[in-house]
Amino acid sequence: MYTPQKDDFEFISGREIEIDENFSSQGYWTGVAVHFFKNKFAVTGVILVVGIMLFAIFAPPASSYEYDQIISVVDANGSEIVAKSLPPQFSGSDVQNRFADKTFIFGTDDMGRDLWTRTWHGARISLIIAFVAIFIDMLIGTSYGLISGFFGGTVDNVMQRFIEIAGSIPTLVIISILAIFMEKGIGLVIASLLITEWIGMSKIARAECLKLKEREYVLASRTLGAGSFHQIFLQILPNTIGPIITQVMFSIPVAIFTEAFLSFVGVGIVLPQCSIGSLIEAGFGNITILPYQILPPICVLAILMLGFNLIGDGLREALAPKLEDM
Amino acid sequence: MSLLTLFAIVFVLFVLIRIVPGDPFSVERMSAEMILQKREELGLNKPVLVQFVDYLSLLASGSFGNGTALYNGAPIKPILTACLWNSFKVGVLSILFGTIVGLTIGIVAALNRGKILDGLCTLVSILGVCIPSYVSMIFLQYFFAYKIPFFPYFFDPSNFFGSAIMPALSLSLFAVSTIARFTRNEMVEVLNSDYVKLAEAKGLYGFELVRRHVLRNALIPVVTVIAPLVVDLLTGAMVIEKIYGINGVGKLMVDAIAGQGVDYNYVLALGIVFSALYIGVMLVLDILYGIIDPRIRLTTKEG
Repeated sequence: MYTPQKDDFEFISGREIEIDENFSSQGYWTGVAVHFFKNKFAVTGVILVVGIMLFAIFAPPASSYEYDQIISVVDANGSEIVAKSLPPQFSGSDVQNRFADKTFIFGTDDMGRDLWTRTWHGARISLIIAFVAIFIDMLIGTSYGLISGFFGGTVDNVMQRFIEIAGSIPTLVIISILAIFMEKGIGLVIASLLITEWIGMSKIARAECLKLKEREYVLASRTLGAGSFHQIFLQILPNTIGPIITQVMFSIPVAIFTEAFLSFVGVGIVLPQCSIGSLIEAGFGNITILPYQILPPICVLAILMLGFNLIGDGLREALAPKLEDM
Repeated sequence: MSLLTLFAIVFVLFVLIRIVPGDPFSVERMSAEMILQKREELGLNKPVLVQFVDYLSLLASGSFGNGTALYNGAPIKPILTACLWNSFKVGVLSILFGTIVGLTIGIVAALNRGKILDGLCTLVSILGVCIPSYVSMIFLQYFFAYKIPFFPYFFDPSNFFGSAIMPALSLSLFAVSTIARFTRNEMVEVLNSDYVKLAEAKGLYGFELVRRHVLRNALIPVVTVIAPLVVDLLTGAMVIEKIYGINGVGKLMVDAIAGQGVDYNYVLALGIVFSALYIGVMLVLDILYGIIDPRIRLTTKEG
């Protein structure tokens, strides 16, 4: 008996079956990724942030100067002129307060340090601070929120009252008390970010947890005898990751801004170490005479803030697509 | 409830500041006996709880005590009120500006959704988010006070409106963009809802439609963002005041923590004032919710 082959048939209309791309089966994360990369703004954000990161990683080692190197020049007699901090009106040696040119792409500062190297080194420090602080915040906040939401009842009540009080103390006040406790520097900046930023994270984790803990799969694992730890961190946590990552993307610019703000006020990064904030502060001192010194760090700051905000927006839309975007 | 929170905060702040290692007298030129005498004089040798009660009675009598390092230990209250008043004027101006402009931009963008005007408004709100207030302040100061001397270069109390415009403008930039973005998104959602279509079908259009049906429903989430913004203004104001030389609370705070000696009493007093402000703002907002949307009040009563 003849078995019909695929080739024996052809479509009347003469075209192949259209595979419905919108509703073809795809994993959750593939869907999110597709949505995310369709969004022009989000892709721009990724490009901006990755660009700045690449510069922050590779520019300082590739540069011929160290970020804290006070560049000295040899004068006509063969003796070295060591730069001293001078008012911006004066130029002590050739390399102090020098306007941008081929050797010094962003110019030099009042001590004769290369601003190109310093800017990217500063960006690196700012990014490291932001990532470290927000990563730890994420761990603390997520665990706190999940535990509070999962157990409910008295545990939840006590934990939420604590958050209420901690959250009612303005960031500024916490920072100023920390500034009394601790030495100025990176540690202070990270500590103040740790104390203030986890609260938002924990609120989101708790809300997600309340939504998820009554779901069937959690009930199933509870029925099978899973302990609280297993349920919280292996069943619920993986499903809260989306909103938490979105929150992280919005927290990082806040962290970068807080760092810049602390350094600008004078309780942040200490010289000769530099960050975006301390560079802006240094540039602000000379702004009326040497405005070029303040431009690079400000641009880097603005691009970073813009990039992370765009990524956050894109992620939020990709994780919870509305019908109109389909 | 709010009072209880405030009390808890005052307690936490007080204890924190008292147990901080080091005290106002860790200065080399003071001998051990002098420090002892001074500590006795200020009651620092008593148990912390007793000190706390003392401090509370001090607060109840309407005073914050004397400074320990700033202004040669003059009483805090008159200085604080003067600074608070300066900050308050600039702050209120910027909140007003931010809310009005932000709402307008948001409404205009939502009504012209998908057109050029919408794109323009999005651009403005993106710019506002990614430029910190002190950066815009530096630019404003550089261009409109230094290059074109239109506004005074530093804050000048005798010319309040002339000199308050720039700091208020830069402080409100972030508020403008956030409020505009939220208003736009909420309005778009409300504009697509059935009851607005019904109202349109009945012949209502333009301003009246926006005022009576759209804005009320779109405003609730917007009010939620305004609250943290008001408090953010404080943080932003700290740098703005430093840049522009305004004698405000932000500058006072910087002086108290980053000056030569940390002034514990000022930090404490400012901490209490900031927290009280924050809680007060939250309270006002809770009341505002009820006014904008009476349903909220009803549900909380039932629950």
